[in-house]
Amino acid sequence: MATPSTPPLLTMSGITKSFPGVRALDGVDLDVAAGEVHCLLGQNGAGKSTLIKVLAGAHQPDEGEIVWRGERVALKSPVAAMNLGIATIYQELDLVRHLSVAENVFLGHEVATKGFVRRREARQRTAELLKRLGHPEIEPGRIVGSLSAAGQQIVSMARALSHDVKLIVMDEPSAALDPDEVDNLFRIVADLTDQGVAVIYISHRLEEIRRIGDRVTVLKDGRAAASGLPAKDTPTPKVVSLMTGRNVEYAFPEKAPEDVVVRGGEPVLTAEGLALDGEFAPVDFELRPGEIVGLAGLVGSGRSEILETVFGARKPTAGRITVAGKPLRLGSVTAAVAAGLGLAPEERKSQALLMTESVSRNVSISSLSRFSRGSWLDRGGERAATRAAARDLSLRPDNPDALIRTLSGGNQQKAVLARWLLRGCKVLLLDEPTRGVDVGARAELYALIRRLADEGVAVLLVSSEIPEVLGLADRVIVLREGRVVHTAPAHELDEHRVLDLVMEGS
Amino acid sequence: MLSSPETVTAEKAGDRPPPSPLRALVARADLRVLSLVVVLAALIVVGAVTEPEQFLEWANIRLILTQGSIIGVVTVGMTLVIIGGGIDLSVGAIVALASVWATTVATQDYGFTGILFTAVIVGVGCGLVNGVLISYGGMVPFIATLAMLASARGLALMISDGKTQIVSVNAVTDLGLPKSYVLGIPPLIIIFAVIAALGWLLLNRTTFGRRTVAVGGNAEAARLAGININRQRLALYLISGLCCGIAAFMLIVLSGSGQNTNGNLYELDAIAAAIIGGTLLSGGRGTIVGSVLGVLVFMTINNIFALNNLETDVQQIAKGAIIVVAVLVQHRTSRNAADA
Repeated sequence: MATPSTPPLLTMSGITKSFPGVRALDGVDLDVAAGEVHCLLGQNGAGKSTLIKVLAGAHQPDEGEIVWRGERVALKSPVAAMNLGIATIYQELDLVRHLSVAENVFLGHEVATKGFVRRREARQRTAELLKRLGHPEIEPGRIVGSLSAAGQQIVSMARALSHDVKLIVMDEPSAALDPDEVDNLFRIVADLTDQGVAVIYISHRLEEIRRIGDRVTVLKDGRAAASGLPAKDTPTPKVVSLMTGRNVEYAFPEKAPEDVVVRGGEPVLTAEGLALDGEFAPVDFELRPGEIVGLAGLVGSGRSEILETVFGARKPTAGRITVAGKPLRLGSVTAAVAAGLGLAPEERKSQALLMTESVSRNVSISSLSRFSRGSWLDRGGERAATRAAARDLSLRPDNPDALIRTLSGGNQQKAVLARWLLRGCKVLLLDEPTRGVDVGARAELYALIRRLADEGVAVLLVSSEIPEVLGLADRVIVLREGRVVHTAPAHELDEHRVLDLVMEGS
Repeated sequence: MLSSPETVTAEKAGDRPPPSPLRALVARADLRVLSLVVVLAALIVVGAVTEPEQFLEWANIRLILTQGSIIGVVTVGMTLVIIGGGIDLSVGAIVALASVWATTVATQDYGFTGILFTAVIVGVGCGLVNGVLISYGGMVPFIATLAMLASARGLALMISDGKTQIVSVNAVTDLGLPKSYVLGIPPLIIIFAVIAALGWLLLNRTTFGRRTVAVGGNAEAARLAGININRQRLALYLISGLCCGIAAFMLIVLSGSGQNTNGNLYELDAIAAAIIGGTLLSGGRGTIVGSVLGVLVFMTINNIFALNNLETDVQQIAKGAIIVVAVLVQHRTSRNAADA
């Protein structure tokens, strides 16, 4: 465990980086000691990504200096950073899906003689690295695309360790992982730091930072709002206020009144005996207007699959779904949307957004027929309606022409919600609605989701964060290995109870 | 810059004081389109300087436009297909098949209508086969249309037996003669202008166009937003086939015959014109205006080379160079935009 008195491995001082129109980093200082876990916190747009890209040699700073093991260095390229022993594991894993594990690990620095790859040695060294990472079961010859997200992350880490690495930067490594996989990740991080490797750890989850972090640097608007805070002892409200610049109670909105949940009205959506072989066993549930129902469970418990099946993106092997009294044609997204269902999918960028298009066009895409006057597009009406929907959800910036990819994660998610709001949907299916959304924007999204429910929308929520399900939902359906193990009002459950339920027997 | 500013800026005008007309025009146009206008202007200067006698003559301009109109119609369909995330390698072969089928002795018996109708139906029919194979058969567009390319050329050869089928219907051939010119403009150019205008309207002013961009930009997001992406793709190949049928008819008018070697390498010319016009080969972005300019640039190059008695080999090399330069310039501009 490092103490602040250890001479720093890395000192970055006065790092400034501007892009046209934006000053992404404005004189940031950061020092990292050998063997420490230094956490980097900050809202989206605070400059975390830019800072780690400077460190990875992907961006050149305009000003400032980087001192590495006592010497001033210029990280002119990713290769230069790698050669010094700085490895970066990006959030979007940069593996080649069609190559094997070993080929990925040694990509760019193949074990070779005169251009001929020594395959056996590469596999052997890969196996050693995987063993060191606690995953000897991953075959070095396996194709990377066939591994789970967690497995792919292990491969990324093995790739980093295949170099003589002294500092590993991990950008939200836990975002795609289950609790037990997170435990393994933390064990790996602890092993690395024991060997004197320093880790810069970026995460939105404060509780993780408490568990493994030594020190915390908080970025806000391109500056370090605080650096080198003790990770374990700094009170949460202080961290949150440093990130947001205001004091935010990390609070969930009020639940629906008892009469909505218990007596309720007619269910707007009823699923009976819905089953998908190999994913989930027959489930029954009802959604009433005005309530939020949460699906809790681990990855592989069938929670996302249920959502996708209800939405018609997958075809169930049995069962039926009724929406507002009418049977829904199964396995058809078009039919589901026509019946009044909307989905905010898990992978926002790849499954929901048209990244090269404007906010307005992203919002209107599901309601185009509403703006067609005999197949001509009523563009004035479209614009007015999308602007109104965006304002209603206080989407920022307040400009329907802004490109969607320039928005923060939270505002992109609002645009997806605005899409379904505009369509006037009756049932909203949310898969990990706050993934990649920073702390400040989360509370806002929670309030928004509750407001939509109050306005009569039925919400089915999937989240891997149990506090989120408990805090937001009125009723919770707990899943384990594709089966419903418990259903209860949220106020009758707590985190430990749900954890017990989802992990029981595993 | 990556959105299509033709639609965006027009609406912005309501919020702000009206800019000067020139600035408004510049702001409306895509930077890529502007750079093509510059290229075209430069080519016109080159043409005017090297062949001052002939190049700027109306007869010569008319020739450029007439020759460009056929590949232009094909390019409009190709542009829509590519924006929708596909590719159509079979356009040249469909033009050949439609031109041959529409000029058989049996078809010519039905006169003008028979020829036009057959050309269009054959085009749409081939597009339907492409579309069904891709949308509902799950075939990769490159492979499905490659298969169509081979089969349609083979069928064209079988029907014509490799012979040139002369058109004896005067109503058709007359369309290519000066007596049919409307205000001095050949009907083929007018057909091209109409198709290009319809293509522009379809892409920029209809829900169909919006959905096409969405499917090409992110098919999964489009599907999960409730768009029927199979139907959308099918429709795009039908449109491409329709454009090929019309182009085949235009070719019959211009050459007075149908031949199985017609439309040779049209697919490459159409793709190249769309790409230098700023259409993204992976889909989701492109403009009809850009594609039309792309066609005009190619046709002007051809014309300048012909007027200066240069060989076609040099011409081909110049075309290749233009494609490379155009795409490199676009990479630079889009990278700058991404950094902003």
